[in-house]
Amino acid sequence: MLRRALERFNVSDLSLYVVGAPIIALIVVGSFATLRAGHYTTRQWFDFIIFGLAQGSIYALIALGYTLVYGILRMINFAHSEVFMSGAYAGFFVASALSRSKFLDSNPVVGLLVIFAVAILTSVGVAVLLERIAYRPLRRAPRLVPLITAIGASFFLQYTVRGLFGSQFKTYPTVAILGGTWTLGANFVIQRIQVLVIVAAALLMFGLYSFVQRTKTGKAMRAVSEDKDVAALMGIDVDAIIVRTFVLGAALAGAAGVLYSLMFRQAQFFMGFIPGIKAFTAAVLGGIGNVPGAMLGGVFLGLFESVGPTLFLDGLKVPAPYQLKDVIAFTMLVLVLVFRPTGILGERLARAKA
Amino acid sequence: MAKSNWLGAIRLGLIGGVIAVLVALVGMVEVFGERDIVAGVISMGQTLLVLTVLLVGYITASRTAGSQRLVGVASGALAGLLTSAMLVVLLLIGKAVNLRPVLINASPVLYKILTFGQDTGTGVLILLALGLVIGVVAGIIHWLPPRVRGAVIAGLLLVGLIGLLQDLLRVTLAPFPEVSKAVAWMFGSKGQKGLSVAGAIVVFTVVAAVSYLWAAQGNNLQRRVRALPPSGQRAVRWGSLALAFAMLLVWPQVAGPYLSDVSNQVGLFILAGLGLNIVVGFAGLLDLGYVAFFAIGAYVMGVMTTTGGEIATNFQWTFWEALPVAVGASVLMGVILGIPVLKMRGDYLAIVTLGFGEIIRILAISDFLKPYEGGSLGIVLVGKPTLGSLVMETPQSLYYLIFAGCLLAVFISWRLRDSRVGRAWKAMREDEDVAQAMGMNLVTTKLLAFATGAAFSGLAGAIFAAKLSTVYPHSFTLLYSINVLSLIIVGGMGSLPGVFVGALVLVGLPELLREFSEYRLLMYGALLIVMMLTRPEGFWPEATHRREFHEEEAVVEPVPSSAPAP
Amino acid sequence: MAILTARKVTKRFGGLTAVDTLDLEIAEKSIHSVIGPNGAGKTTFFNCVTGFYSPEEGEILFDGHRVERFSADQITRLGVARTYQNIRLFANLTALENILVGQHSRLKSGMIDAIFNTPRNRREEKEAVEEARRLLNFVGLTGKGDHLAKNLAYGDQRRLEVARALASRPKLLMLDEPTAGMNPRETGEMTAFIRRLRDELGLTIMLIEHHMGVVMDISEVITVLDYGEKIAEGNPAEIQTNPRVIEAYLGRETEAVA
Repeated sequence: MLRRALERFNVSDLSLYVVGAPIIALIVVGSFATLRAGHYTTRQWFDFIIFGLAQGSIYALIALGYTLVYGILRMINFAHSEVFMSGAYAGFFVASALSRSKFLDSNPVVGLLVIFAVAILTSVGVAVLLERIAYRPLRRAPRLVPLITAIGASFFLQYTVRGLFGSQFKTYPTVAILGGTWTLGANFVIQRIQVLVIVAAALLMFGLYSFVQRTKTGKAMRAVSEDKDVAALMGIDVDAIIVRTFVLGAALAGAAGVLYSLMFRQAQFFMGFIPGIKAFTAAVLGGIGNVPGAMLGGVFLGLFESVGPTLFLDGLKVPAPYQLKDVIAFTMLVLVLVFRPTGILGERLARAKA
Repeated sequence: MAKSNWLGAIRLGLIGGVIAVLVALVGMVEVFGERDIVAGVISMGQTLLVLTVLLVGYITASRTAGSQRLVGVASGALAGLLTSAMLVVLLLIGKAVNLRPVLINASPVLYKILTFGQDTGTGVLILLALGLVIGVVAGIIHWLPPRVRGAVIAGLLLVGLIGLLQDLLRVTLAPFPEVSKAVAWMFGSKGQKGLSVAGAIVVFTVVAAVSYLWAAQGNNLQRRVRALPPSGQRAVRWGSLALAFAMLLVWPQVAGPYLSDVSNQVGLFILAGLGLNIVVGFAGLLDLGYVAFFAIGAYVMGVMTTTGGEIATNFQWTFWEALPVAVGASVLMGVILGIPVLKMRGDYLAIVTLGFGEIIRILAISDFLKPYEGGSLGIVLVGKPTLGSLVMETPQSLYYLIFAGCLLAVFISWRLRDSRVGRAWKAMREDEDVAQAMGMNLVTTKLLAFATGAAFSGLAGAIFAAKLSTVYPHSFTLLYSINVLSLIIVGGMGSLPGVFVGALVLVGLPELLREFSEYRLLMYGALLIVMMLTRPEGFWPEATHRREFHEEEAVVEPVPSSAPAP
Repeated sequence: MAILTARKVTKRFGGLTAVDTLDLEIAEKSIHSVIGPNGAGKTTFFNCVTGFYSPEEGEILFDGHRVERFSADQITRLGVARTYQNIRLFANLTALENILVGQHSRLKSGMIDAIFNTPRNRREEKEAVEEARRLLNFVGLTGKGDHLAKNLAYGDQRRLEVARALASRPKLLMLDEPTAGMNPRETGEMTAFIRRLRDELGLTIMLIEHHMGVVMDISEVITVLDYGEKIAEGNPAEIQTNPRVIEAYLGRETEAVA
């Protein structure tokens, strides 16, 4: 029995735990210390959670784009963060034009819809061009090739935007109906914009989920992600389905771009980078290729990142823990990959057929 | 002429037009407009536009010509005309509407460059005529017999290069007054940049002639070398290597401090590039957090040797004592990071390493670690390397340190490339599952690649810290990783000479042309896409090692694949 | 004596049971074929034996070791080698390098040996290259060692894959459709070659094959799978007359025609 256990024993598995266990221990000890010290009121925790939910909803929207494309092409669309960014930029130009003409104040709902529509169209346009120019010719190339192309595309888009529109932050105009707060119960206060973000994201995600589950395109998408060649034999136009997948992901990313900018009131050429990695982390967290997984992963990561720095680190007397929120998010990614490489909802992805 | 030819020309012309408009609107034409290639005749900004039209015309001609050469010239002209027509459209719109609130570079200066300082009407006409003419020229270049075409292209390229770098040539030649006086006519008068018209003509003629003759005689020479017995070939190869080595040794003495410093920066990128070449090129592991190891090497060097005294630790070791620790720390981090990550399949690695690079940067900048490594203030007074009583302070002396580092890295890469480990890396790159089925432990094999790469990067980081004498967290951004990645991809993944070529082109050139800095990443991005689409093996592809009969029969060296059509 | 024993091996993918409580014994130095309609679980079973998959249930014994939880590299080191249905050579390495990689598990030189080019490294490399040349000759690829694998002709690629598998000096060689895509002449050569492998090198050979001529010609034992289950086992004559086998094949074919 012992011999058998030893035979199966794997050094690299052990070392995984050596890396993972101390981090987990740190998290647990830190959380206890923070809670016992009790520097934070319930209301503060509530704020953290709502902020985390809003942030997480945005991550989830972006993550869906990664997950959809990965599901079909088995490729990380590295430039997806720039699809998100271009949506935010387009939204900015429309919003400031509408704001200057006072339309945004007189017809806020229509105005917002127009902003979203333009942003979504721009993102979709960028994504479709990207697919056509940079990815489609490489469909049969070795894996590293499209990935490097995607990285190139990401930088190209970032710095083109910078060159065209400048490197300074673009400040989004204020939308009167989104300012201010609602008060719940005794002293819980929610910002209206956060409610909008959470509700809009939830609606969009619900829409996407039903689309993928119910429609013919959705079914074709799933068929293509199973096996491109077989799907093509069944009479599915694989290229068209792939384009539609990019369109769907881009539409969500464009909407996320506007939501993000409305919440943080700014847009900049580099803005896609960090949310992009976070959203990818979220997609992996939920199980890449898995649609509900990406949603769950996004929300989870948002919460983790918002509550985490204070909860884990404050008790350990780490100065300025909020500086380290990105470290927490990335550590999270490593932990997930160590302990559950397939993500929270992921099935074990069938390995390449030998 | 078939209808599809016209359609193709129109399509390419419009694409070229979009590119030209983009080049103008991102500000390149304006920013590069200040540097003349040929004084008073053409600036670098204009060169970019001309180059776009030339390329579009050439590609159109090569796609449509078939057997009829005139068709090629005609369609090249059409494409060229359309490309410049798009610029005209931009010009007309820009003159009518103020685009500046949105497009910051749509400025009067740009319009002035596009109209050649004339009024709009005249400018438009000149622009269209030029587009047409350049398109025709491109078509004619395509028409020329290959050898002449090669000579013309080489001549044009060198005029461009010398025009760009003429500042530098002047500085380099300054210590030799006779030479600089003799070639003074080549350059524009004082205060002007770029070649003089006479200089440009002479450079073009000489280069084109030499290149024409070389195309005739060079082949001959190569053939004669190939006809030698293996031992003779080896002698030739070693001989040329020795010559290159000697030239590199003398270089800083000739080049002076500025060029030596640029060489040092290129050298550090070569060192790091050789490391990443093992990770990405040999083993096929896409590491986007490569900067992390560079940062660790630099920080360990900084912390161990600083005499500044603002941080809690106070080791004050010498450079040579700290060097192994710095490299060791990088390797250790490589292993620690590698273990969880390398079990993952391919593309997760890219993102996780990216995240890891960010973690290191954020930690470096944070208040949390500030007492130990200076936080956003960094570390100052890092120890200088010494050799006996000599303190390596000048760029020239540091050059030799970096040179030695590169030499070591090249040697190790070269030995590993065709070893059992190197073969395992390459097999893994080709097919991970099958490689595992060959009996190799994937995690161990990947870890070896990761650790070797980390060691080179850590070494580069440690020397970097000593060279600058300071360590600032802002040096360690993602852009560094992308820089190194781009250079090995452009050079050729897995190719050792490719790393040198890549570093010279992607680090050396922009370093010499400071205006580039703003557009560096834009160009890298475009370059990565274009490379992957057209020439994924890089400019100097990895050589296939031939050895089945390496002793018994004459080895037929792989003929270098013909240069890409420009 | 059995070199490979599988007991109640089960492998599932989601709801699909690809291999269902399969029992199988491969006698030493035999040529044993596994046949069955498409999707019968043959390749999945191969993948379980070679460590590409680990089965949910059951045990696999190879040469006295319980290997069902071993990774592919561990199993290779014990002495199992394989080829693939859709050829999987290292496309951008030369033929010779492919065989050198095949010898990986037998070689010892590490990084330090390579960097300092120690005497051991030099000797080992020299022997490895010689061995690789011998294998090239053995499979009839003399003079093609410096070609990139991807540039070889189809039949040569198949043979190179066998040479690469032989390079690890396996006890059990598993061939996944070795004659797929070959013309009759090449098929005949491959059949003779497989027999030579067993006779000259004393290997145990297990193969998946669709070409019934080949199977009946060289197999000593044939196992028939259908829907992941073993439906028959025996020598060629027994299999040819087995009603269940005929039904499995013919039934399928009628469906296909209909």
